[in-house]
Amino acid sequence: MYKYDAIDRQLVNERVEQFRDQVSRWQSGEMTNDEFRPLRLQNGLYVQRHAPMFRIAVPYGMLSSAQMRKLAFIAQKYDRGYGHFTTRHNLQLNWPKIEDVPDMLAHLSEVEMHAIQTSGNCIRNVTTDPFAGVAADEIIDPRPLAEILRQWSTFHPEFAFLPRKFKIAISGTEEDRAVTWFHDIGLHLKVVEGQIGFTVIVGGGLGRTPIRGQIVREFLPWQDILSYCEAILRVYNRFGRRDNAYKARIKILVQALGAEEFTRLVEAEWVHGKGGPATLTQAEYDRVAAHFTAPAYETLGAGEPPAERAFARWVERNTHAHKVPGYTAVTLSLKKHGIAPGDITSEQMDLVADLADQYSFGELRVSHEQNIILADVKQSDLYEVWQKAKAAGLATPNIGLLTGIICCPGGDFCDLANAKSIPIANAIQARFDDLDYLFDIGEIDLNISGCMNACGHHHVGHIGVLGVDKNNDEFYQVTLGGRQGNEAKLGKVIGPSFAADEMPDVVEKIIKVYLESRHDDERFLDTFDRIGIDPFKNRVYEGRAHGKAKAAQKEAV
Amino acid sequence: MAQLIKNGAVAVDTWKTLNINEGETPENIALPEGDIIFPLAVWQARKAEIVSCHKRIGLLLKPEERVEDIAADLDYFIVIAIDFPKFVDGRGYSTASLLRQRYKYQGELRAVGDVLHDQLFYMQRVGFDSYALNDGKNLTYAIAAGFSPFGDAYQASTSQPQPHFRRRA
Repeated sequence: MYKYDAIDRQLVNERVEQFRDQVSRWQSGEMTNDEFRPLRLQNGLYVQRHAPMFRIAVPYGMLSSAQMRKLAFIAQKYDRGYGHFTTRHNLQLNWPKIEDVPDMLAHLSEVEMHAIQTSGNCIRNVTTDPFAGVAADEIIDPRPLAEILRQWSTFHPEFAFLPRKFKIAISGTEEDRAVTWFHDIGLHLKVVEGQIGFTVIVGGGLGRTPIRGQIVREFLPWQDILSYCEAILRVYNRFGRRDNAYKARIKILVQALGAEEFTRLVEAEWVHGKGGPATLTQAEYDRVAAHFTAPAYETLGAGEPPAERAFARWVERNTHAHKVPGYTAVTLSLKKHGIAPGDITSEQMDLVADLADQYSFGELRVSHEQNIILADVKQSDLYEVWQKAKAAGLATPNIGLLTGIICCPGGDFCDLANAKSIPIANAIQARFDDLDYLFDIGEIDLNISGCMNACGHHHVGHIGVLGVDKNNDEFYQVTLGGRQGNEAKLGKVIGPSFAADEMPDVVEKIIKVYLESRHDDERFLDTFDRIGIDPFKNRVYEGRAHGKAKAAQKEAV
Repeated sequence: MAQLIKNGAVAVDTWKTLNINEGETPENIALPEGDIIFPLAVWQARKAEIVSCHKRIGLLLKPEERVEDIAADLDYFIVIAIDFPKFVDGRGYSTASLLRQRYKYQGELRAVGDVLHDQLFYMQRVGFDSYALNDGKNLTYAIAAGFSPFGDAYQASTSQPQPHFRRRA
């Protein structure tokens, strides 16, 4: 993985001192709260419900074992001994003290980590596929360009005060696993006539106004990635709306201008930057790419896995095809039933670091599904890895299944939330705790967001759950049929929202309709696409009072 | 009164900005003597008149005003002031980059409005060379530390036209 050189180290160290100075000027009153807010946000520091929330960047999801141990140490020393992995490869700590943050940043810098631009109206952490470099269907490893984008976006002087936040995702596989259709910029690496480049997608996003992105360029040579992103960002910085934060994302600008006019503006801007100093050189690409060469794989035959049923189940759900024979990628589930999805304790972080050292070349990945991945495990080691992971509560075989829920921190922690999300996830996990049943239901993505900011990516869940506020009560709106990947689309709202205690029943009814209607080998999504939303709607609202009847019922209570 | 920083030191400001008050229009406003920074609308309405009676001319650009509209006039201006009504409004950074990099503006480029210590570094990099720091802020400390929180940068910018990767040995 990427190792800092002199400039990377210098900038991160200088950032620590800059922030220490900013905190001290804020504490002395020299800087107002309003002046401090954007500065602390660009260091990942929010002021939240109970305490500040601190968000640490895990650029494109890559971590070394030493970095993971440092995260464990920081969570232990400055927080409550656990952290939460988000849907954008970041780690959030929910209980730090603002005055400790400069020291936390200093600890992070020792292991080449930071919290730069993990929040605020700037270019955020670049995200990619957690299986980058090992995926069997990979065309090109996206990580060198992700690192080049990280450097370019770090302290870019022109784009530090954008109309709103700006997120870039990059994918190098046939099947998009980086949600590129729903980012401000989505980059699909591809090879056309022997030349490496990207399809450039702009203006996607979830949140309050979910919109699938639009292609602004079918093919952009890789050398032009920085100058082209600068053109897009400049058009956005100049013309994006600043009068209303809810209409300030680039997706709104693309919609307002139309994709064609937006593209024309970007191309007209790019004429000036094209071929200029920002054009990437082969030497720079090679320098960065040299950090992402394949580890020292051994030549291995196929192993004979033990026949133990529980192990076989884990292998079925939690391992992934690897491009090198005899190796496999393992997902350590942070979705144990009853635990907040994505949460991990310091002890677990240490254990995971040990597993990485022993079985996976000392490297780890964080996925946008909020799990941890050991990318390079020998198949012959799987049984041992499983036993150790299981002992630490990290081997729930539910990846891609109903209880492997993607979930934001919700109203228990987050100031923005309209409703709690973790208790809903836990209640659904409790209802579907039977593994035979869970496996029979099969592949299904359930995503929960506590508000329309959509940190739980509910729009692209096969079943999406959105917390809404109705007269100060928490309710949940359900969508069906959303999906990520190449055919990414938004789920459809099934109907009026539900109270929290109804949610396990609602999900169970949806599942029942699927089980009763499915053809052999149909996944939930296949059945949904075939029969449509109505059978689900009818079942879920069967016998439920609507409109006046419901009002009358309320009166009676 | 804002405090002017120029060439890394406190500077005396000889320029006055013309404000269009109620009842005045760009067409009818009186044009004062001296070093005046004119709003874009006044410049556009009264260009010939301003040029005939002012040797030294300044221009004020608001965030939404487009550089492209005055690209042909740049030789007239000794100073261009770019307004930051709120420091979180980042449009002025693009305006400055365009003026310096695309239109090769060589005169003084001044940041005015909500100008604070922690933005000076970015402002300098996009091409500002004078700064009207908010009144009440620590001028000495801004000059000593505000321009140098970082010793280098990755990107190409006005102050460093080569990105770091092209400067590697």
